[in-house]
Amino acid sequence: MVSDLQLRRENRVVIAHIYTATAAIALGAIFGVFQGFARADTIVAPSWFDYYRILTMHGVLMALVFTTFFITGLSLFVTYRSIPRERRLAVGWFGWGLMLVGTALAAVTIISGNATVLYTFYAPMKASPWFYIGATLLVLGTWVVAFEIFENINYFRKNNPGAPIPLVVFCAGATFVMWIVATLGVVAEMCLLIPWAFGWTHGINVLLTRMFFWYFGHPLVYFWIMGAYIIWYNIIPTRYGGNVFSDGLTRLAFIMLILLSTPVGIHHEFMEPGISTTWKMLHTLTTYGVAIPSFITAFAIFASFELAAIARGRRGFIATVRGLPWNDPTFSSAALGMILFILGGFGGLVNASYSMDTVIHNTVWIVGHFHVTVGGPVALTFLGAAYWMIPRLTGRALWKPHVALFQTRMWFFGMLIMSFSMHYAGLLGAPRRTAEVGYLGATTANVWQPYMLLAAAGGFFLFVSILTFVAVALGTLFQNAKTESMDVAFATPAQPATETPLMLQRLYRWGVVALALAILAYAGPLGELLRNPGYLAPGMRTW
Amino acid sequence: MHIHRYERWWMTFGIAMLVVFLLMIGFAAFADNINPPSGLQQVDPQKLSQTPPFDKPGLRKLPNGTYEAYYVAEVFNFIPATLSVPVGSKVTFYVTSADVVHGFFIPRTDINMMAIPGWVNTQSHTFTRSGDYLLICHEYCGIGHQNMFARIAVH
Repeated sequence: MVSDLQLRRENRVVIAHIYTATAAIALGAIFGVFQGFARADTIVAPSWFDYYRILTMHGVLMALVFTTFFITGLSLFVTYRSIPRERRLAVGWFGWGLMLVGTALAAVTIISGNATVLYTFYAPMKASPWFYIGATLLVLGTWVVAFEIFENINYFRKNNPGAPIPLVVFCAGATFVMWIVATLGVVAEMCLLIPWAFGWTHGINVLLTRMFFWYFGHPLVYFWIMGAYIIWYNIIPTRYGGNVFSDGLTRLAFIMLILLSTPVGIHHEFMEPGISTTWKMLHTLTTYGVAIPSFITAFAIFASFELAAIARGRRGFIATVRGLPWNDPTFSSAALGMILFILGGFGGLVNASYSMDTVIHNTVWIVGHFHVTVGGPVALTFLGAAYWMIPRLTGRALWKPHVALFQTRMWFFGMLIMSFSMHYAGLLGAPRRTAEVGYLGATTANVWQPYMLLAAAGGFFLFVSILTFVAVALGTLFQNAKTESMDVAFATPAQPATETPLMLQRLYRWGVVALALAILAYAGPLGELLRNPGYLAPGMRTW
Repeated sequence: MHIHRYERWWMTFGIAMLVVFLLMIGFAAFADNINPPSGLQQVDPQKLSQTPPFDKPGLRKLPNGTYEAYYVAEVFNFIPATLSVPVGSKVTFYVTSADVVHGFFIPRTDINMMAIPGWVNTQSHTFTRSGDYLLICHEYCGIGHQNMFARIAVH
């Protein structure tokens, strides 16, 4: 057992991560709601209003900052609580500090107008070098957190020879093994961008930077999803008195995510020149493969619901669904997120398709897709998990749980409205990432306008929902007394974990296999490009 | 490790579904020749004004009755800004960028591609319906991105 003081010291590291994520989502929401209304042409933007600068802030804060800080916080939390020991927290704090400095650096360059390049920072648009350095520090900070998690896993293995790594720590460890493999791509890209932005090199291979970016960009979304899966498998069953459906299958799903998240990135580049159709076809195949761990997860989650219902003597679909704790903000949030994820999965099959992507590439359909995935299952699950974690970190009861419940439902309906409108407008041809889509009254563009308005209305619901979340998170911190226990229990498997084959208890060697697969998947397109690299762009500022 | 019977059925169903989808995509690609644009030709963006055919962007009619349309994308214009083709024409579009990354998208058609400096991208479409089509840049390219569009009249 660890001392009370030690527990509080550990909690402070996690609280720092989780509340930084909260600040990011709050700011991101403010920028988001402005975008929705500006695009729908319902507000007359003041002259200083710069849609693309705000869009860059929104994307960076939501996609890179909120998600990353939440996952690092969550992973440290489950690791610290599952492997109790006397430990120094310098590494955990250092990781957080590095991520924060990186975020601040990037934010300052964006707000000052020196990095209006969106969160994909496509060259040869050339931002201030400090933007790229900030983003790199954010990534390096996550590597420090990964090191802290791996160090604890190694400690556990050394002191518990032969015992399987606790399931929840295995899931967190797998998430960061995948993350290390994936972030090698963005770090490689930064090694090209930073010297070029400083003017030390005179040109950059545009296609190479895009390939490096998407090598990282797709597994980035799986990083988010693995974060949500950690919660779905290990925390959500505790809300309805259930179990992890299967220890082995959970580990299998995470190992498959380590292996298959990275060798898929070219499906973001279907419409590009310079990449042969062979490689595009190959990445369609691998992208469809990464759906398999999600199939395993869907089965495991619903089976866990059903087994818990049967244990209470309830049988059948309706009885199972009605027996679930829909009034618990943590459960309700995750479960509504799961419903959104089913919709997101359908859309994803279209996006990953070699031929169908032509219809929707770079239309606002894509924006609808990633809002219903990262903004649906991922963000909703994270906010719900925050409602579960914050009392266990602070010892304070959740402030106004019924308000928290309102927040999750508001989010669900807001997201349904917004993402439906975006998907539909995308099918009608409305482009993404565009300040206004009127095109001087062109008839093609006229049909998009009602959907832009509907999307803005959905966005407004989401904005209110996020403000509500922030109120509950801060209310808990400042209003409520310390009455709660800080004990944590994670869900345990129905069958004992010792039945899990040794192969499914490995972590690092699957990381090595994943890297090999990624190299294999990119050897073709990368080799083709490097044999014929072509033009090196000097870069320019177009904003 | 025990895997429940229903889980085996579910996984078999799921994987079979993916295989069916992939076969459909493969059939579309190999039998119907539905492929994404993948131009592999290179060009120097700084010498476009001296490089035919991009020195004179626009429409060319081929002896077999089809058309080729050459476009230069630059901040924040498409050249040519207007184009006129007879209804029923098959047009093969060629596009390159003079500066940053742009998009080349004609809603209500099969034309959707990226224009990347240094590369020529290409895609074909047969305009079976008459009307005024909008050609828009659908990749953020800078402060005037929302003003970057051109018109194609099909009559």
